[in-house]
Amino acid sequence: MNTILALSGVVIKEMYRRKDFYVLFVLTALITIAAGAVNFFHDPKIVRYVKDICMLLIWVSALLVAIVTTARQIPAERESRTIFPLLAKPVTRWQVIVGKFLGCWLATGLALLVFYVFFAIITGSREQHWPWLTYLQALWLQWVMIAVVIALSLCVSIFSAAPSSTTTICFITVAGILMVGGHLNTVALRQSQPLQNIFYTIYFLIPHLEWFDIRDRVVYDWGLVDWLDCLLASVYAAVYAGLFLLLAWLGFRRKSLNT
Amino acid sequence: MSVILKTEKLHVAFTSREFRQSTKIALKSLDLEVNTGEVFGFLGPNGAGKTTTINVLLGFVPPTSGMASLFGIDVRQPIARQRIGYLPEMTYYYKFLTAEELLRFYAKIFGLSRTEADSRIDRLLKLVELESARKRPIKSYSKGMQQRVGLAQALINDPDLLILDEPTSGLDPLGRMKVREIIQRLKNEGKTVFFSSHELGEVETVCDRVAIVHQGELKAAGRVSDLIAQHHANLEKAFLDIVGYPSPSAS
Repeated sequence: MNTILALSGVVIKEMYRRKDFYVLFVLTALITIAAGAVNFFHDPKIVRYVKDICMLLIWVSALLVAIVTTARQIPAERESRTIFPLLAKPVTRWQVIVGKFLGCWLATGLALLVFYVFFAIITGSREQHWPWLTYLQALWLQWVMIAVVIALSLCVSIFSAAPSSTTTICFITVAGILMVGGHLNTVALRQSQPLQNIFYTIYFLIPHLEWFDIRDRVVYDWGLVDWLDCLLASVYAAVYAGLFLLLAWLGFRRKSLNT
Repeated sequence: MSVILKTEKLHVAFTSREFRQSTKIALKSLDLEVNTGEVFGFLGPNGAGKTTTINVLLGFVPPTSGMASLFGIDVRQPIARQRIGYLPEMTYYYKFLTAEELLRFYAKIFGLSRTEADSRIDRLLKLVELESARKRPIKSYSKGMQQRVGLAQALINDPDLLILDEPTSGLDPLGRMKVREIIQRLKNEGKTVFFSSHELGEVETVCDRVAIVHQGELKAAGRVSDLIAQHHANLEKAFLDIVGYPSPSAS
């Protein structure tokens, strides 16, 4: 466990010493504050639009931080050759994969926490209403969804040629799942064979990341998701994250490293 | 004297993924033995198989056949690497960390306690003369400083065997001298050092025994003084004779 924690510590240090997160946070804050400062048509419910914009920015920023940070981990280790002194120590390749995953997940979690605190302050100051538990649930579900995204990115980074291609592949996949993943079964119904089977297979194979998106509940104050559903969603995310990590390890284990 | 590093009929072949490309044989039936407490030089021209041998010893490349062991443990077991230190040829360490943080990270991997890690970091930074730069990010270091921080990380676990892959490559004469001094000091402490190098003068100065490989095959092995006596010349001439190049004086 010492090794895994040491590896994840380096990833966290890297994130807070790089400028990616700060740029995204400042951009989110500026856009949200600018949106919150204007009051269209004296609508008392205008704060909902601010919440909506801010939540969307938080989702995009968290995905950016997670994918970009993860995509460069293993390729950067190989490019700068730090993987060699690392693996020359009693460190297994599985520990490298898990350490990198944990580091990226914790680092993105910290970034998410900062974003949500900002969101709570901005919306609370306008609404005089602080639904902490809803925020906590939204933060948790987004964070466990991010675990799947990070494991996927780590897995793709083992097989792809460069961090830029990993980032592109992962963004397209995640955006695709979030936007159309939940509708694939409906699309399948309208298709003839063999397309129907293909759509159904994809529908049942992909991790349904859209299930973790409870932005509307936060924006429209629809209340809490059942805690049991929350737990089941967390287990579902853990299974997918585990599968992607296993695939990443299988790929990395077979990789011949030549200095 | 016990054998600390051993390879037996070690054979490594790389299969190319390119169409119609033949399999490249990097090592052919290599037998090596390094004893406790000796400084062992591993010599050969570029592409001779030195780095491949080191890669097998460190578990980066699996042997096609034959075996390699460290402290009697198969190199494929991570525990075989518990008591070794490794310095790669040229590595750019995590540039966002300071030397102190880098050494602390490696100390954590070896499970050293905080106080033990602190004292070793102080001692090593003093040894490699980086005390004044310990709080500076590695990205601001010169090439020589990076190589010295590399040497410090290789020593963080107080290893019994040190594997150095061309430790003086790319260093200025002062940097080379410092690395040579450190190797000498480690030898005096009874450590075993296995290093590959092109610097034959350096090898002649610090090594007890050497092995010369060429095209993946072991061509000669023995004490430096014996090789010199056998070839009636210095190590450079002996090396050229062994690998089959005409020596400059002959031409």
